Formats: sequence, structure tokens, C-alpha cells
Amino acid sequence: MADDKSNAAEYWKANVRLIFGCLVVWAFVSYGCAILFRPILAGIPVGGTDLGFWFAQQGSILTFIVLIFFYAWRMNKLDAKFGLGE
Amino acid sequence: MSQFAINLLFVGASFALYIGIAIWARAGSTKDFYVAGGGVHPITNGMATAADWMSAASFISMAGLLASGGYANSTFLMGWTGGFVILAMLLAPYLRKFGKFTVPDFIGDRFYSNTARFVAIVCLIIASVTYVIGQMTGAGVAFSRFLEVSNTWGIWLAALIVFLYAVFGGMKGITYTQVAQYIVLIVAYTIPAVFIAFQLTGNPIPMFGMFSTHTESGVPLLQKLDDVVSALGFQDYTADVDNKLNMVLFTLSLMVGTAGLPHVIIRFFTVPKVSDARWSAGWALVFIALLYLTAPAVGSMARLNLMTTVYPEMAGQVENYEEAAQTPILYEDRPGWFRTWEDTGLITFNDLNNDGRIQFYNDAADYADRGWEGNELTVNNDILVLANPEIANLPGWVIGLIAAGGIAAALSTAAGLLLAISSAISHDLIKTMINPRISEKGEMLAARISMGGAILLATYLGLNPPGFAAQTVALAFGIAGASLFPALMMGIFSTRMNNVGAIAGMLSGLICTLLYIFTYLGWFFIPGTNTLANTPDNWIMGISPLSFGAVGAMINFIVAFAVSSVTARPPQEIRELVESVRYPKGAGVAIDH
Repeated sequence: MADDKSNAAEYWKANVRLIFGCLVVWAFVSYGCAILFRPILAGIPVGGTDLGFWFAQQGSILTFIVLIFFYAWRMNKLDAKFGLGE
Repeated sequence: MSQFAINLLFVGASFALYIGIAIWARAGSTKDFYVAGGGVHPITNGMATAADWMSAASFISMAGLLASGGYANSTFLMGWTGGFVILAMLLAPYLRKFGKFTVPDFIGDRFYSNTARFVAIVCLIIASVTYVIGQMTGAGVAFSRFLEVSNTWGIWLAALIVFLYAVFGGMKGITYTQVAQYIVLIVAYTIPAVFIAFQLTGNPIPMFGMFSTHTESGVPLLQKLDDVVSALGFQDYTADVDNKLNMVLFTLSLMVGTAGLPHVIIRFFTVPKVSDARWSAGWALVFIALLYLTAPAVGSMARLNLMTTVYPEMAGQVENYEEAAQTPILYEDRPGWFRTWEDTGLITFNDLNNDGRIQFYNDAADYADRGWEGNELTVNNDILVLANPEIANLPGWVIGLIAAGGIAAALSTAAGLLLAISSAISHDLIKTMINPRISEKGEMLAARISMGGAILLATYLGLNPPGFAAQTVALAFGIAGASLFPALMMGIFSTRMNNVGAIAGMLSGLICTLLYIFTYLGWFFIPGTNTLANTPDNWIMGISPLSFGAVGAMINFIVAFAVSSVTARPPQEIRELVESVRYPKGAGVAIDH
């Protein structure tokens, strides 16, 4: 029982670490590249405008998709590693 | 065949399909009715979630918002997709593991309090009812434009169709009709966009065409658009915004609101496994992105098409925009689609300087030297997507398809919202709080009756939209983001959070958000009763009432943790419940209580 509990706690810690990493990227592309850092990225031209505009209208959405699939894939591995899957 | 007959054929065929699916997927048990039996494939659920999520606003209004606001309105694109990232990581898998039917189910059980359950029910109903009004009016507009019936008949027709498949099929019927509706709406949205992208840039993929070269002038499309609009006194399409704090908070409000909206969350209760809930969120975003990556292209290209329709000489220009601005088209030479939409009152022309030409420019700019006496053209943003096939001279069947697509977008979201409302009433209010002894049959009947009642209420509100219909986005997202999302997240991520803390958090988040919205938009949205004028100078730190949901969510978290830390720990069995929702093992045997 004690083993089960510490195992579950380890699993949860690993999950929280993974979520934190994913959310850093999530915030970086949307709030960072698309909004706050747009003036810094203004020198990088993309099709008639700048990189920040591209992130705001396409780049962040594409990154979001990759993030969710990455998370689902990593969590399946964690489920199996800790023996806590279905 | 006349255009009317083609529209009728497309819309009629799509309705026959939805009703056929509903008959095939009838709900036999409460589990069928609430969560489609819990056996929906993750990709199927992703597609249904996409249709559930993409409303009349996404299909009809978003490209228009982008066309008019340019970069500044990217907030909608990021906010309405980024919410799925936090939904997939912070809520969906654990709520699926919990294994019950509704959002108030989790809040009531986790915070061992019927008060918390009741607050959640009230928040859910207000958010969902305000949201459904927009769907009914959106369906009404699409019906009256394409089927030439009155708005009233349009709304009644929409209500009847939803009634037929939602009341009998429940979540099971809704799931499979949403899949069909997704296919209809995405095909309808994409086809005209592909043609327009190809006409303007030679690239048939809209998301790439938007960033490539405008064929006629040889200039990049977005630069071309900036040049054209700035020659007419409008702000550059790609111009940066000054108030970054407000832009960040508005995007964040839309994201937490998206993650907290119950009709989206309950879709993830229908998949067989916890891991399926994670995959399914990814698939949902893929299907949503097919439209959301096309929308900015549609917005920018429709704006350019509109400008060059009025100022034909601007299309091939590389630099002499001032000169080209002198010769807008004569009113009598306006194209056919212009005339069609004038009939609906969504395009209006008023020849202020009596020269017979259409001067279309930003009224704030002074062009008296050009002999202009004011902007003479107003164009409702909502027509851009609907008029797209006509602007691009596409055949009549594409227009029929757009009609069916707009109606599909409105109906699929309305059905999801109505299910969330009816399950909160029949399951949470009646079965859990009032009469736990109710039989399975009795609960099904209660669910169907409350669904019928919710449809009647939605129809009534669609026919008599309250003055605040336009503010519903702020209200629905503010409530979902400031009250439901933080409560759900703390219920999963904190074992220490107790009943008093959660209730205090939800109420303070909700009340602060409502107070801020009411201060600027009018008390209970009654026009003229606002305490302060709704202008950026009056906003606290430049935060608009639409962006306040994110601040409300932070207040919720702070109050909840503060109150919880000075009151009793939750009982042992609640801490065990929280630990059990954190890992997938055992989800298959979750029982319906």
C-alpha cells in the first residue's frame, strides 16, 4: 500500500513537471512571440509582414496542436512506466 | 434551377441526414443520454467537439472580426484554440477518470457540498443560456437570408430540428449529428476560401496564400492590404497594438473561459478511456484548426476584395494609391452580390457628396481635399463569409453549401449547450439534490422535459433577444473562466482545497467579474445604467470588461487558497478521491451512481 502511494505520488510529480514544461511553451508562443515580443521580432520578415503576426494568426495554433499530442504521447509512456494505465 | 431551390435542396438534405442519424442513434439509458454510452472513439469525439465548439460566431463572425480588426483581433484565434491546451492538460483526463456525467457532479462531490453544487449549476445555466441565444439568432439570420423565410420562422425551424434530434437522441444523437455537421461546415467554409486564395495569389491553400504574393500587383498580399487600407485612412491591417496588457488578459480570458465551458468539458466524458480524453483533445484542436487557420486568410482576402471592389484601380497599383483613391466605382456599377446584400440591410450606401460614387474610408480621417464629405458605405462584418462565394463568382451550389454550413455551425453548438443545461437540471438538480430516489425512467423523462423546456426558452430569447445579446461573449466566458475553471482545477491539483474555500473562491470570482462588467456595460445589461462610460480611459489599468475574466479567475484562486488555509482540512475520503482522479488506473470500472 505504502509502495502504491509513493508510486502514485512520483507519477503525479512527473505529470506536473510535464504540464509545466508544456505550459511554458504554450505561453511563450502566444503571450510571448505573438504579443509581448512582437516588437523584438519585427525585424524578421514573413510574407509581407513580421514573425510576430505569423505567430498570432497561425504559429501559435500549430504549436498548440503539437503540444497536446506531445503531452498525450508522453503521458501514455508515464502510465505504462508507473503501471498506472488502464 | 433557381438559387432558392438549390439552397433548399442543400439545407433540406442536411436536415434529413441529421434526423436520420438521430433515429439510428436513439438514447436507451441515462448513460446514453448524458455521455453517449461512454463508448465514442477519440477521433469521432474530436470531430464532434470541434462542431460543438465552433458556433455561429466562429463560422460567420470570426473572419469578419479579423477583416475589420486585423492583428488586434488575433486574440480570438489564440484564445479560442489555446483553451484546448489547458483543457487537455489540466481538466479533461481527470474529469473523465472521475467518471460521472456533469460538471456540477464533480464540483458537488469533490467539495462535499450541495452549496458548491448549486453555485456550479447556476453558473452553468447562466453561461450556457446566454451562449445559446447567439446560436438561435445566428441560425435565424442564415435561414432568412438563404431560404427567404422570415427571421421568426427561421428560428422556429431551427428549434424544431434541434428538438427532434436532441430530445430523442440525447448525447448519443448529438454526438453523431455533430460529426455530420462538422463535415458540412468545414467543406462549406473551405471551398470558397480555396477559390478566393487561388484567384488572389495563385496558391490554392488559404493559410499559405495569405502569406504569399498578390498576383495582380506582385506585392505580398498583407503588404498590399496595409497599403490599400492606409491610403483610405484606416489603421494598417498588421499594425501592432499599444495596450499589450489588455491584449494578454483578453486572450487569457478567452482561454480559461474555453476550458471552463461545460458543454465542451462534457464531450470528454463520452470517450472510453482516460488516455482517449487526452488524444481526443488533440484531435478536436486539429479539426478546429482546419477552420481557424483558414479564417485569417478569409478575413484578409475578403477585406482586400471588398476594398478593390469599391476602388478597382487600387488592385493593380504598386504605389499611386492616392490617385487610385480618387476614382471609386459608380454606385450604379456595383456588382450583383452588393445588390443582394443591400436588400438585407447589411450593406448600406448614402451618397453624401452626391457624386454618384461610393466613397468608402475611415470617417476619422479628413479627406475634404479629395471632395469627400464623409464615409458613404457601411458593411456589416458578418456578411463577409456568407457573401464570399458570390464575391468570388462561384457557382450556385457553393452558396447552397454555405447556407447549410452556417446552419450546421449554429445547430451543433446549440444542441451541445442544450444538453449541458438539461443534464444540469435533470441530473444535478432533480436526481442529486431534490429526489435521489427517482427511477432511471423518471430521470430520462425529466432530462427530455428539461431539454424541451430549454429549447423553448432559447427560442423565446432568440425571438426577443435581450438588449445584452451582443455582450454575451463577455458574460459566458467571464462566468466560465472566473468561477468554473478555477474550481475544477483546484479540485484536481490541490488535496488541501476544502468546501468553504472553493465556494468563497467561486463566488468572489463570479461577483467581481460581474461587478466589473456591469460597471461599464450597464447593471444587468440594462442600457444607460452603466456607472462609468465604457472607454479605455475609465478602465482600471486599461483592462476592458471583456478581458476581466482572467482577473476574476486570479481573484478566485487567491480567495480560495486564503480561506481554505484557515479552515478545516477536507476529510480523508475526499483526499483519496482527489488522488484517485490523478491516475488513469481503474477508470474502466468507474460506476454510475
